[in-house]
Amino acid sequence: MAIKQHSVLPGFGLSLGYTLLYLSLIVLLPLSALVIKVTHMEWAAFWHAVTEPRVLASYRVTFGASLIAATLNLVFGLLLAWVLVRYPFPGKRLVDALVDLPFALPTAVAGIALATLYAPNGSIGRWLDPLGIKVAFTPLGIVFALTFITLPFVVRTVQPVLQDLETELEEAAASLGATRWQVFQRVILPTLLPALLTGFALAFARAIGEYGSVIFIAGNMPFVSEITPLMIISKLEQYDYLGATAIALVMLAVSFVMLLVINGLQWWSAKRLGRRK
Amino acid sequence: MAGTQNAPRSIVTTESPLVRWLLTAIALLFVALFLVIPLVSVFAEAFKQGWQLYLAALIEPDALAAIKLTLLTALVAVPLNLVFGVAAAWAIAKFDFKGKSFLITLIDLPFSVSPVVAGLIYVLLFGAQGWWGPWLAEHDIKIIFAVPGIVLATVFVTFPFVARELIPLMEAQGSEEEQAALVLGASGWQTFWRVTLPNIKWGLLYGVILANARAMGEFGAVSVVSGHIRGMTNTIPLHVEILYNEYNFVAAFACASMLALLALVTLAAKSYVEWAAARQAAEDRRQAVE
Amino acid sequence: MTRRASLLAVAFALLSGHALADTTLLNVSYDVMRDFYKDYNPVFAKYYEAKFKDKLTVQQSHGGSSKQARSVIDGLEADVVTMNQSTDIDAIVEKGKQINSGWEKRLPDNASPFSSLQVLIVRKGNPKGIKDWNDLVKPGVQVVVPNPKTSGNGRYTYLAAWGYALKQPGGNDAKARSFVSALFANVPVLDSGGRAATTTFMQRNIGDVLVTFENEAEMIAREFGRGGFEVVYPSVSIDADLPVAVVDKVVDKKGTRKAAEEYLKYLWSPEGQQVAAQNYLRPRDKTVAAKFAKQFPVVKLFTVDEFGGWTKAQNQHFDDGGIYDQIAAANAKN
Repeated sequence: MAIKQHSVLPGFGLSLGYTLLYLSLIVLLPLSALVIKVTHMEWAAFWHAVTEPRVLASYRVTFGASLIAATLNLVFGLLLAWVLVRYPFPGKRLVDALVDLPFALPTAVAGIALATLYAPNGSIGRWLDPLGIKVAFTPLGIVFALTFITLPFVVRTVQPVLQDLETELEEAAASLGATRWQVFQRVILPTLLPALLTGFALAFARAIGEYGSVIFIAGNMPFVSEITPLMIISKLEQYDYLGATAIALVMLAVSFVMLLVINGLQWWSAKRLGRRK
Repeated sequence: MAGTQNAPRSIVTTESPLVRWLLTAIALLFVALFLVIPLVSVFAEAFKQGWQLYLAALIEPDALAAIKLTLLTALVAVPLNLVFGVAAAWAIAKFDFKGKSFLITLIDLPFSVSPVVAGLIYVLLFGAQGWWGPWLAEHDIKIIFAVPGIVLATVFVTFPFVARELIPLMEAQGSEEEQAALVLGASGWQTFWRVTLPNIKWGLLYGVILANARAMGEFGAVSVVSGHIRGMTNTIPLHVEILYNEYNFVAAFACASMLALLALVTLAAKSYVEWAAARQAAEDRRQAVE
Repeated sequence: MTRRASLLAVAFALLSGHALADTTLLNVSYDVMRDFYKDYNPVFAKYYEAKFKDKLTVQQSHGGSSKQARSVIDGLEADVVTMNQSTDIDAIVEKGKQINSGWEKRLPDNASPFSSLQVLIVRKGNPKGIKDWNDLVKPGVQVVVPNPKTSGNGRYTYLAAWGYALKQPGGNDAKARSFVSALFANVPVLDSGGRAATTTFMQRNIGDVLVTFENEAEMIAREFGRGGFEVVYPSVSIDADLPVAVVDKVVDKKGTRKAAEEYLKYLWSPEGQQVAAQNYLRPRDKTVAAKFAKQFPVVKLFTVDEFGGWTKAQNQHFDDGGIYDQIAAANAKN
């Protein structure tokens, strides 16, 4: 044990070494294959592959639907977390447990179930169809699938913060004459903001890569309801490995940036909340 | 501490009953619409034509093979990531070093990489036209379109789960207890087994449960590397897709319902773990006070 | 009790890696062929065992035709591939080099043991009065077709419509293009494969017409019942040759060439042709064809040669930036 760190605990070399080795083998090496494959491409060819109109349209669909889904979950996630933490109601524990269902339910199963429900002759779709609302096989269907898949994120990031929120501040504000809405806006919301944004970013990051659930409900119309992961598959099926890899690299870069943003948010959040015991 | 706050809180820091009722109703409606109904519909479709057909779909040889493969995949992938998660959390939570937050970002990466991309990278590495494809073919080693490829893709997508659970937990716990044990003469491994592990066991279990659910349910990544050979390289989610494409909707939903059931068991196990962890925390606090 | 026990025993025997089999073939095929091969494999296995005193098991893999071809290119060890268009096999020749060129000459009929054609499937009673291709471009008619980018089935439909427009009085490429463009403007859902398109039409009840292979129509009848739809034969359609090939590199490595070649050759035998006809695939064998003549109405057909062969058609119409992409882009703007 030659390594001496700030800590007196042993095992730093072993654990970090193993972590780096395993990380390299499972994550870094395969991902670098992606990057190296792309370096075989001319810059112009790469640019052409990732900016052709159909691919650009798929970015719009993917990022647009992910943004809407994450926003929906921002609102409803906050509401759900609020209700779960603050209000008593029967079956609360059950609802609390159910929130994690999208983490546990395979995405393909979710996709098939949603498509079956929201098809024009499905148990929900048949009520929406006469109203002119089409969900399955439209971009709205993509939004629904992504909302389902990313539902737990905001709830689960906001919930613990809300639980720890001291009510003294609210009481103080209320006793100074603030209305409940003002208290919420000026006191509660700013405290929750970092957690809300983290949840939002997590949901967004997860949504842009989602494939299994969307594919069954999207309708996959070019320029309208094709998502970017489908473009990768579609390129592969035309034996265009380089094109597929190029788009995959763009998605990888976006994921990486999203993660940096999320980690930044979490750091900000920790700083704002201060060090709690 | 809680008792003193309850009385005033109900007066000044909560909403009118109407607002409370309304908010709860909207939240529950949202849960019903997005969570309960899809879940129920899976079971409703599966049992549409009765128990017999349901059971028949599950004991059909290809379905059994898919179940076997899915279990095998989870059985390999989850322990691998479990060991990694503990090692990574130990290094990250107990020590300070440069580039730590970058390392955490890298560990998180598989979580936000599209499953399709995850499948693609293994094709680029091990496919016949990939980096090592020709060498593997020469030595007759099969990775993709065989069980190893499916396991690898699953390991990739479940990579961060355990580590992500343990890192914040171990950071919060600090290392005073471990240091005390070492001072008292315990070896490093003894300290880990007797002090650290009991402290993190619930977080560990929680991560394992989530990783397991994802491992059994992964579709996108596995679909790219499976080859879809009936009875050989189809996992349950892929078998569901095949049945669906055969217009065998009852069987498709029967197999899907098994995955949904797994999801419910996962949720129950998770709730139990949370409850047990909370109870132990309370117990520890009480003992500390005494 | 005992029945369940025996079921389980069978299941475990099957699970334990086909220990009984001496020879195992992997047939990598496309989506709508599964029913045919489900029937054909046991017939062939029986013949093979009797003739060569060797036990044979055939494993199946199904998916979209191009996806399956890509898997073979990437190393899926198929002994034989059975696809729905020759470009998929050509891709394996070119990109993966697992199949030697000239494969289409090694078996009769350009290595296509049977064929199908694109037909129109309409709802019971034909409420929209669909009779031919030109009814599909009318406003208010919804047509369900799989995506020509990812599905051979979709490509055949596209080419069939193009060919129809070309053959109308005064038809030319410009008119054909606007005809196909109008047809795809009526498509509400573009599924990735033929099977998904059928599910959309039958199960989801979307669209007025489904365009798919003739043999798929029979599968729909078997799975969904005959009460819900009618088959309409258009005045002219495209001859869909469904080619097969031995994967040379794999069979030479595994030593399964003899079995693989027998497997494909037997497709042309009267027994193989009979199974094909029973699955509504148009047989090559004259006697079998005559026997099943009633179920195969005579339709005027043209082939992909009309477009200069598959390679040219693929290049011109379906590759990235090709005519189909241009049509899709223009339709999306309107």
